[in-house]
Amino acid sequence: MLEIKNLNVTVEEKQILKNLNLNIGKGEVHAIMGPNGSGKSTIAHTLAGKPNYNVESGEVNLNGEDLLSKDPYERSLNGLFLAFQYPIELPGVTNASYLKQIVNAHRKSRKETPIDAGEFLKILKEKSKLLDIPMDMHSRFVNAGFSGGEKKKNEVLQMDLLNPSLIIMDETDSGLDVDALKTTADAINKLRNDERSFIIITHYLRLLEYIEPDYVHVFQNGSVIETGDKTLASRIDQEGYS
Amino acid sequence: MNKVSKDNFTQEKYKYGFVTEIESEKIPKGLNEDVIKLISKKKNEPEWMLEWRLSAFKRLEHMSVPKWAKAEIDEIDFQDLYYYSSPKDFKEKPKSLDEVDPKLLETYEKLGIPLKEQKVLAGVAVDAVFDSVSVATTFKEKLNEIGVIFCPISEAIQKHPELVRKYIGSVIPVTDHFYATLNSAVFSDGSFVYIPKGVKCPMELSTYFRINASETGQFERTLIIADEGSYVSYLEGCTAPMRDENQLHAANVELVALDDAEIKYSTVQNWYPGDENGKGGIYNFVTKRGLCKGKNSKISWTQIETGSAITWKYPSCILRGDNSTGEFYSVAITNNYQQADTGTKMIHLGKNTKSRIISKGISAGKSSNTYRGLVSFHKKAKNAKNFTQCDSLLVGSECKANTIPLTENSSNSSSIEHEATTSKISDEQLFYCMQRGLDVEEAQSLIVNGFCKEVLQKLPMEFAVEAQKLVSISLEGSVG
Repeated sequence: MLEIKNLNVTVEEKQILKNLNLNIGKGEVHAIMGPNGSGKSTIAHTLAGKPNYNVESGEVNLNGEDLLSKDPYERSLNGLFLAFQYPIELPGVTNASYLKQIVNAHRKSRKETPIDAGEFLKILKEKSKLLDIPMDMHSRFVNAGFSGGEKKKNEVLQMDLLNPSLIIMDETDSGLDVDALKTTADAINKLRNDERSFIIITHYLRLLEYIEPDYVHVFQNGSVIETGDKTLASRIDQEGYS
Repeated sequence: MNKVSKDNFTQEKYKYGFVTEIESEKIPKGLNEDVIKLISKKKNEPEWMLEWRLSAFKRLEHMSVPKWAKAEIDEIDFQDLYYYSSPKDFKEKPKSLDEVDPKLLETYEKLGIPLKEQKVLAGVAVDAVFDSVSVATTFKEKLNEIGVIFCPISEAIQKHPELVRKYIGSVIPVTDHFYATLNSAVFSDGSFVYIPKGVKCPMELSTYFRINASETGQFERTLIIADEGSYVSYLEGCTAPMRDENQLHAANVELVALDDAEIKYSTVQNWYPGDENGKGGIYNFVTKRGLCKGKNSKISWTQIETGSAITWKYPSCILRGDNSTGEFYSVAITNNYQQADTGTKMIHLGKNTKSRIISKGISAGKSSNTYRGLVSFHKKAKNAKNFTQCDSLLVGSECKANTIPLTENSSNSSSIEHEATTSKISDEQLFYCMQRGLDVEEAQSLIVNGFCKEVLQKLPMEFAVEAQKLVSISLEGSVG
């Protein structure tokens, strides 16, 4: 479903990704590990289309379509979801109205009518419960003054609402305490199915103990230096990257 | 990333920029006694009104255009303007809508203000002012039944001279400043509202101003009086065709609230702002002032300022009655080369008077947006309180935002609280929203509407949704 071929990316004239190749099949969970500065977050931002992440050469196909020529919002509407490492605050915009608007943007692209307010509230309650999110969080402004845990849960909630086919999680485990990590991981596991693929970017083994990956890739200097199964993650956890 | 969205931007520009092809009758260009006499004659005014105008004109000859605003204004040749323009053969205001020129009805229909009774907005009475005359007023009879007077000021001068004479110029003195004096000399039409004692006006009253004729100034005059214990909510809307030349709109609006009365005055100002290179657009030089004359009275101004090449207005409150309250809620948006210098004055004279100022300025393009305000506590204003909050939001890096809050305090038991912030729509915020499926315009509109929601919520419900859309449209083309 996702094919990355010979991808070279520069940020502020510095080359970060070097001839990166990666294939992700339907329903697979891939973990990406690697030391700081190895290009883990760069791959996430490049796939999502963040400005200033310049693709010098290479190809990326998502579900058979060229991804790189699309605007960021089109990539989202085509099923790509990036859970941010540091979710952005939107002061003045209540979380409920924001969530409803992004749901409606996706409905519109499928030529569906906007969601009925009552129905939305019902879905919101259901999905918030899975994540232990109190409903009053939705009357606060998006991510503004949220704790680290609340922010990450809010990302997973959006993931659940938008029904993406490719989910990229950029260090979703950072800033979560043990309980929140478990709740979040449980919710993510419920989202796993045969159609949906995951890229999980993380420094640590602990998230991968809850969400078991099919493949583990080790990044170094902007390309994959080793690929293995979940045992690779345990080895790195014990021995480090060198 | 902005290639697709940029093309979308240019499509929806100023959608009220059309011209109604209607023959107009104008008094020849120029500013002199004869022109003023002719205006007065056209309006069939009593002698006292003409004298009032002429005395204003005499004062005007010794006054000059104020130059202190933070705006670059081309010199205006006051002799090269038409001061009166009306649809041809418009001698007397039509008695019923059947007699109104269909072209005029069509114009208002196109502006989203249907005037035919079966189509009108439920719960909103409208006075429609076209260039220098009021062409229709809806729900007049219904309001009359409960004693509410809602009519063009030209009609009130004839039918309710005692009220007009008592209050006109009582809040904005004839000699206040150049444009206020000019308006007093040449004003054409606007609305008059009187709410009798103890009456809560059951509908929203609104006036819709339209400038159609070219090279013509519009000199609106509005007077609203809320008698003891009464309440009224009033809204004005404004649009004009797209023209290359600058046009002048110089209004005077006076509000008077007696004991325990409340006036809520809302403006959605969407005059033609000029094109993306700053050519054309309305000069909106407006004097708006409310007098809380009675005890426990309240005046609340809410304004959404999105149009005009230059906006220059400071809706103010004079808090004379003890325990009276003044409020000012403002959203001012400037894009391209627009300039806005707007704010309020809260003059605390009475005991326990309170005022609240919430100003949200949004600047985009190469525009300039200034909040200018004065909070003044006089000696007798014991225990007076003010709260001021001025927030500026910058879109892009070529625009300017200024905040100039002044205070004068001669009372030692009063308190002033002031908060100000300046922020920018960040690329990170836009990217975050886009990652969730919103295009760049939807993302920007979400963030901007969040920024000014506190003020938009103060608008009458019937108009709040429209205002939200207007906020988004005004900023089109500013990101990319």
